[in-house]
Amino acid sequence: MAVLTQKKPMTIAEKFNDESWRRKFLNNVLIPWIFIAPLLIIHLYVVAVPAVQGIYMSLTDWKGVGMNVNFVGLENYRELFFEDETFGKALSNNILWMAFFLTVPFILALFCATMLSQVRRGGMIYRSILFVPYVLASVVTATIWKNLLNPQRGVGAAVDNILGLEGVFGVAYLGRTETALMSIAFIDNWQFWGFLMILFLAAMQSIPPVLYDAAKIDGANRWQEFRHVTLPGIRPILVFMFMMVAIFSFLAFDYIFLLTQGGPGGASEVIATQLYKNAFFRFQAGYGAAQGVVISIFAGFIILIFVTVKRRGWDI
Amino acid sequence: MTAIGNVSIRDTILQRGRSRERSRLLVFNHVVLLALTAFAVIPLVVVAFNSVKTNLEIGQNPLGPPVNVVVENFPNAWDKGNFATTMSNSIIYVVATIAAELVFGGLAAYALARKKPPGSDLLMLYFLVASTIPLWMYIVPLFVQINFLKVKIGVDARILLIMVYVATRAPLSIFLLRSYMIDLPTELEDAARVDGANELQVMTRIVFPLTKPGFLTVGLVVGLGVWNEFLLALTFIHDPNQYPVTTSFYKFVDRFDRDWALTSAGAIIIIFPVMVLFLSLQRQFIEGLAEGGVKL
Repeated sequence: MAVLTQKKPMTIAEKFNDESWRRKFLNNVLIPWIFIAPLLIIHLYVVAVPAVQGIYMSLTDWKGVGMNVNFVGLENYRELFFEDETFGKALSNNILWMAFFLTVPFILALFCATMLSQVRRGGMIYRSILFVPYVLASVVTATIWKNLLNPQRGVGAAVDNILGLEGVFGVAYLGRTETALMSIAFIDNWQFWGFLMILFLAAMQSIPPVLYDAAKIDGANRWQEFRHVTLPGIRPILVFMFMMVAIFSFLAFDYIFLLTQGGPGGASEVIATQLYKNAFFRFQAGYGAAQGVVISIFAGFIILIFVTVKRRGWDI
Repeated sequence: MTAIGNVSIRDTILQRGRSRERSRLLVFNHVVLLALTAFAVIPLVVVAFNSVKTNLEIGQNPLGPPVNVVVENFPNAWDKGNFATTMSNSIIYVVATIAAELVFGGLAAYALARKKPPGSDLLMLYFLVASTIPLWMYIVPLFVQINFLKVKIGVDARILLIMVYVATRAPLSIFLLRSYMIDLPTELEDAARVDGANELQVMTRIVFPLTKPGFLTVGLVVGLGVWNEFLLALTFIHDPNQYPVTTSFYKFVDRFDRDWALTSAGAIIIIFPVMVLFLSLQRQFIEGLAEGGVKL
């Protein structure tokens, strides 16, 4: 029966002559794709095409100006990893940056969100104020903290003044090789951690209170409560943000460029600031493009780790 | 009976212990939270103080409240920082990017959420993968492309910057708006169709109005991002008359490095519109940015 009632498949010419088919095609295929087209075309033009070009460019010795382009294979990568010592320094700075951002803001945000989730009165006010730094522009934050870390007029000098010391805390934090990178990380974190806190707080507030009551009845202390109720309750966002922050650590640019431009003497240089200088100041576009590919490979590698772990369903 | 009695006694003991513990702990909580709040706010208070001091006073008293309040720093900074021009530039960048993002993003999200044309799964995969590509991978070739359009074809650099902003935020707005539209019940749309509404009317009169909170979220996240954006503007805009406030402020601080009164006033001028908007739309801001930050 089914075979008998089944219609013969239409040829394309027949389809175009069929009014209802034409309307269906228009409504369900053509018009939706016309709606999608503008954003897709812009995105292809700005992101996808240059990303592919970037890979090719990284295999050339192009300077960024002129027509002289030679294909050099993996030469740029070889130079990066085996000859360029400043790149090694930048990479290790990126890893230090990651170590800082995977610990300090997370501990601060977890601690603060735990405190805040227990507070009834004033919770909204705290939440809003702690979030304020996150909405500031990096140029503004950088300027504010550059002044606050000034050796003569900044916070350090004021502390020295109170303690009757001179030049102990009032030092050029951004101008010394030992402190420059971590000072910038501190400033970036000042702006960032409130955002992390808000995410954790929202996750904590969605944990059913019954679980805390149960933990109390079982005689759990506050640490055990945090360890066995809070942490598992916010695990998805915690793990996700670990991944995002690990990726961001390889993309770090704004604050370093604004505050020290990688100095003094390369002490706070990261891959992105090096890339920017190579591509836009030093006429080494091919070399800069190779650094961009390296950053992307690191980012992709981090995503791969997290995806694998998630696939395996590991308890993290 | 005894068991029940025991339980109730244990409960009351627990209850009492807990409430005493809770009130003690909450003092600790508030102390910690106040300290962290101070850490967040004091730098801003110091800038606000310095913006109404003279440089002479800042030299003697760089951190404390002002003794004499002077307001001249603001008109000075406004003029010397060319804020009249750069503010309006920034407003153009923000408004144009939001408008393009909402119109194109809304249309694309509607098509993907409701029509699902053949190939839409592939398209979502494309945007998912593309959203993980770091800017650093394509900034150098993109610079070449943009420069070509600017120099050889003569396209206005501002339009090109807006195009880059729209593209880099496209995955975010598509994901957010699409998931928002998918969560909407379809009954209203069916009812409108029964009442004789055509497809265009269903979209513009039913779906888009219901997606308003989604549009607001995308608008806030995109708008704040563009207002604060530094790197792309630095890379693609080289005419000082086309600078947004961020890159203009960067050069301004460079030029008046020692003049803290002036740069502090400039900082307050940039922060001010964002703070007003933030304070009036706190919930949408916080929830929107939390959502946007996780989706990206």
